[in-house]
Amino acid sequence: MIFSLIMQGNMSRKLHARRIEGIDKNIWVEFSQLAADYKAVNLGQGFPDFSPPHFIQEAFCKALNGGFSKHQYTRAFGHPNLVKILAKFFSRIVGREIDPMEDILVSVGAYQALFCTFQALIDEGDEVIIVEPFFDCYQPMVMMAGGTTCLLDLRLKEGCGPVLSSADWVLSPEELASKFSPRTKAIVINTPNNPLGKVYQQEELHMIADLCIKHDVICISDEVYEWLTYDGTKHVKIASLPGMWERTVTIGSAGKTFSATGWKVGWAMGPGHILKHLKTVHQNSVYHCATAAQEAVAVGFQREYDVFGTEGSYFQQLPKHLHEKRLRLADCLKSVGLKPVLPQGGYFMIADISNLNVDLADPSTKDEPYDYRFVKWLIKEKGLATIPVSAFFSPEHKDEFQKYIRFCFVKNGMFCSYF
Amino acid sequence: MASIKHKNTKRIEGLDKNVWVAFTSVAADPSIVNLGQGYPDIPPPSYVKEGLAQAAMVDRLNQYTRGFGHPTLVKALSKVYGKVYDRQLDPFKEILVTVGGYGSLFSTMQALVEEGDEVIIIEPFFDCYVPMVKMAGGKPVLIPLRLKSSSAASSVSSADWVLDQEELASKFNSKTKAIIINTPNNPIGKIFSRSELQAIADLCIKHDTLCISDEVYEWLVYKGHEHVKIATLPGMWDRTITIGSAGKTFSVTGWKLGWSIGPEHLIKHLQTVMQNSLYTCPTPLQEAVGQGLLRDFELMGKPDCYFTSLALELEGKRDRMAAMLRQTGMTPVVPEGGYFMIADVTALNQDLSHMGDDEPYDYKFVKWMIKEKKLASIPVTAFVGEDSVKQFEKYIRLCFIKQESTLDAAEAILKSWNKD
Repeated sequence: MIFSLIMQGNMSRKLHARRIEGIDKNIWVEFSQLAADYKAVNLGQGFPDFSPPHFIQEAFCKALNGGFSKHQYTRAFGHPNLVKILAKFFSRIVGREIDPMEDILVSVGAYQALFCTFQALIDEGDEVIIVEPFFDCYQPMVMMAGGTTCLLDLRLKEGCGPVLSSADWVLSPEELASKFSPRTKAIVINTPNNPLGKVYQQEELHMIADLCIKHDVICISDEVYEWLTYDGTKHVKIASLPGMWERTVTIGSAGKTFSATGWKVGWAMGPGHILKHLKTVHQNSVYHCATAAQEAVAVGFQREYDVFGTEGSYFQQLPKHLHEKRLRLADCLKSVGLKPVLPQGGYFMIADISNLNVDLADPSTKDEPYDYRFVKWLIKEKGLATIPVSAFFSPEHKDEFQKYIRFCFVKNGMFCSYF
Repeated sequence: MASIKHKNTKRIEGLDKNVWVAFTSVAADPSIVNLGQGYPDIPPPSYVKEGLAQAAMVDRLNQYTRGFGHPTLVKALSKVYGKVYDRQLDPFKEILVTVGGYGSLFSTMQALVEEGDEVIIIEPFFDCYVPMVKMAGGKPVLIPLRLKSSSAASSVSSADWVLDQEELASKFNSKTKAIIINTPNNPIGKIFSRSELQAIADLCIKHDTLCISDEVYEWLVYKGHEHVKIATLPGMWDRTITIGSAGKTFSVTGWKLGWSIGPEHLIKHLQTVMQNSLYTCPTPLQEAVGQGLLRDFELMGKPDCYFTSLALELEGKRDRMAAMLRQTGMTPVVPEGGYFMIADVTALNQDLSHMGDDEPYDYKFVKWMIKEKKLASIPVTAFVGEDSVKQFEKYIRLCFIKQESTLDAAEAILKSWNKD
C-alpha cells in the first residue's frame, strides 16, 4: 500500500477503483512477451498464421473503397447490413425468427460481447457458475462486475481408453446441480471449449438447460469456435433447446469464423428483453464498432449463407483443413513422449507432460506451478511457445491441473519440425 | 415473460436513453440536410485509406496484435506527442490505444472513478460524460460555462463563454476525484486558454484531483488560437489523462480508434480495464493510423500536414456557416476550434407552443426545423444538466465538417427561411 503511494508521484490518495483490484495480472501479456523475447515459434496464442479467406479480404478492400460512409460512424448496435445477415443466417440454424435490430448486438470481438453481458446482468452478490477449464477472462470479468464465481470442473470420466479425447471430460450431474443456488444469476458455457476442445453433446446441454429453467438462470453460451468441429461431431446451440432462447445470450466471433482475429468483430445474440441491457452497456462504453470491418463480415456471411452446407463453404473447408492438422500435431506430440487429448472441436489441443522427466532447473520459476515452469523452459530452451493449462483454472484449483500444456494447431507450419 | 432476474444491473439503471438514438434515425432520411451528428461527409485523406488497404494484405496484420496498442501505432503516437508535449513518452507504459476517444473515456472512468467519488463536469459537455461517471458509481458535479456580459450581441465567439472562477473553486471538495475538461469543446468550440487551464490546474493540485482532458479536436484550431495541453502545465503530468482520437484526426470516425496518454501509474489502471473489457483493438486499422501519423509527423508545422490543412479547410467552412446563420437571423457563436457551431435562435421568435410543454425549447425547435425546413441539428440542452436548461435552450448545434454541396443545400434552406 505504501509502496504504491510512493509510486503514484504527486498524488497521495488511492487512485484506482476497487473494481479492478485483483484482475491486473494477465497470462497473455506475460507469455506473449516471453515468446517474442525468445523469438519462439508461437503455438501458444490462438490465432491463425495464415490469411483470412480470399473472399473476405476482397470484401474488406471493397468496403474501404466504398465511399466516405464506410469510414464514418455506422449504427451503434451493429451495422445494418451485418445485423440483417446475422439474423437471417442464424434464424435458419436456431429455427426461429431472430430480429436483427432487437436480438443482436455487434461488439468489438466476442470479448467485448462477454464484457457487455457481465456488466449488464451481473450485480454485486450474484453468483455465476463457470465450468473449468475456462477461457481465462470469464472469472476476472465476473469479479469486475462484483459477482462471485462458483466453479465446476470438467473431470476425466472413468474407464477411458489409452487415447484421450476431449469427450472424455464430463460434468458430474450431481455436482452440476449442487452449484445452483437462489443467488445463481448465470452459468457460462463454452462450446467448443477452449482449451480442451470439448463439444458439449445434446444430453449434456439438456442437463444444463433443465437446471437453468428450474432455477431461472441465464445461460451465457460462448460459441466462438462453433464452425470448428471434427470427426463428424455436431455443434449444438443451447439457445435452440426448448425454454432456452428466452434466457440465453449466445456469443459469436467473426475473428474465429473467418480466420481474421485482428478484425475484432463479434456479437451477442438473444431475446430483446435481455439484449437491450447489453446495448445500454455498449452505448456507454464504446458506442460504435468499426464500420468497414462490419461491412466485410456482412458480405462474408451473405456468401456463406448462399453456399451453406456445400463443399465450397468456408465453414466446411476450414474444419476439414484443421482436422488433418489436429491429427498431425497429435502424432508429433506422441512421438516426443507427450500424451495429447484429441479435441472434438476448436483451435486447441492439450497434452499431458507428466511422462517427460525434464530437469527444469530454472531458479526464476521455482515457485510457479509445474506447467508454467515447463512452458517457460520450452520457450527458452526449445524456442517453442505454448500455454500452461492451469492458467485456465481458478487460483483455487490451479494446483490440481499442473500437468497439461495447450497447443494451437491453426498453423500452416510443419509441426514435427518444431520438436 | 421476462423474469425478474433478467432486469438490468444497478450500474446501468437509467442510462438507456440517448439523444443520438432519437435524432440520428430521424435525420437518416436522405431528403434532410444533416448538420446534426458529428461526422464528416468529406473523404479521409487518401494515404490513410491506402494504408489500410496495404495493411489488410499482410497476413499477420489480420490477426491479434498487442493488447494495449499495436507497436507501430504506439511508437508513432509517442513520436508525434513526444514532440507536442516536448517530453519522452514511453510507447508501452504511457499510452493506451482504445476504441475511439469514447473507449478512452470509458477506460478512464472504470479505472479511476468509483462510488463516493465526485467528478466535475463543465457544461455544455459531450453527452456521455455524465452516464459514464454514473456507471462507474461516481457523482457528476456540474458547472456551466457562462456568456460574458461584456460580449457584443452581434458577434459572439466561443471565447466569450467562460467559467466563473469562484463558482469553479466552490465545486472542489475532498470527495472530488477528477475534473473532466474538453478542449476544443464540443459543442461550443471553446479552446481553454493557458490562463484558464492554469486556474483549473491550480485547483487540481490544491485538492489533489485528477484531470481528464478530452482533446479529440486538438488539431482543429483556427487562426489566432492555440491549443494548450493541460498536462504540460507544472504539476499536471502526473495527474492527467489526455485523450485523443484517430477518427477526428484523420476524418475516419468509423475506424473507432483513440488513445489515452498519461503517467504510467495511471495508464496501468486503464490497461487493466482494457484487458478485462475488450483486450485489443483491430490490427489493420491501428497499422494504418500509425503509418498515417508517421507521414504527418514528418510534415508537422508545414501546410501540407493534414493536421494543419484540415484546420485550414474547416476554417473556411466555419466562416461560411456563421455567415449563413447570421443571414437568417440566428446568432452563431463562432468557435475557436472543433467542427461544431452553436447558434442562438431567439431572434427568430419561432412560436412552438403548438408542440406542447414537456420538452425544452431547443428540442422542439430542432424537431420543427427537421420537419418544416428539412435541416437537422442537435439541441444543445442535450449537453447540459437539468439546472442549466434555461440557460441553453435557445441554442442548437450544427456540424460544419461537410462537403461544399451539403453546405450549399443548407445555405439554400437558410436563405429561403423567411420566405414561407
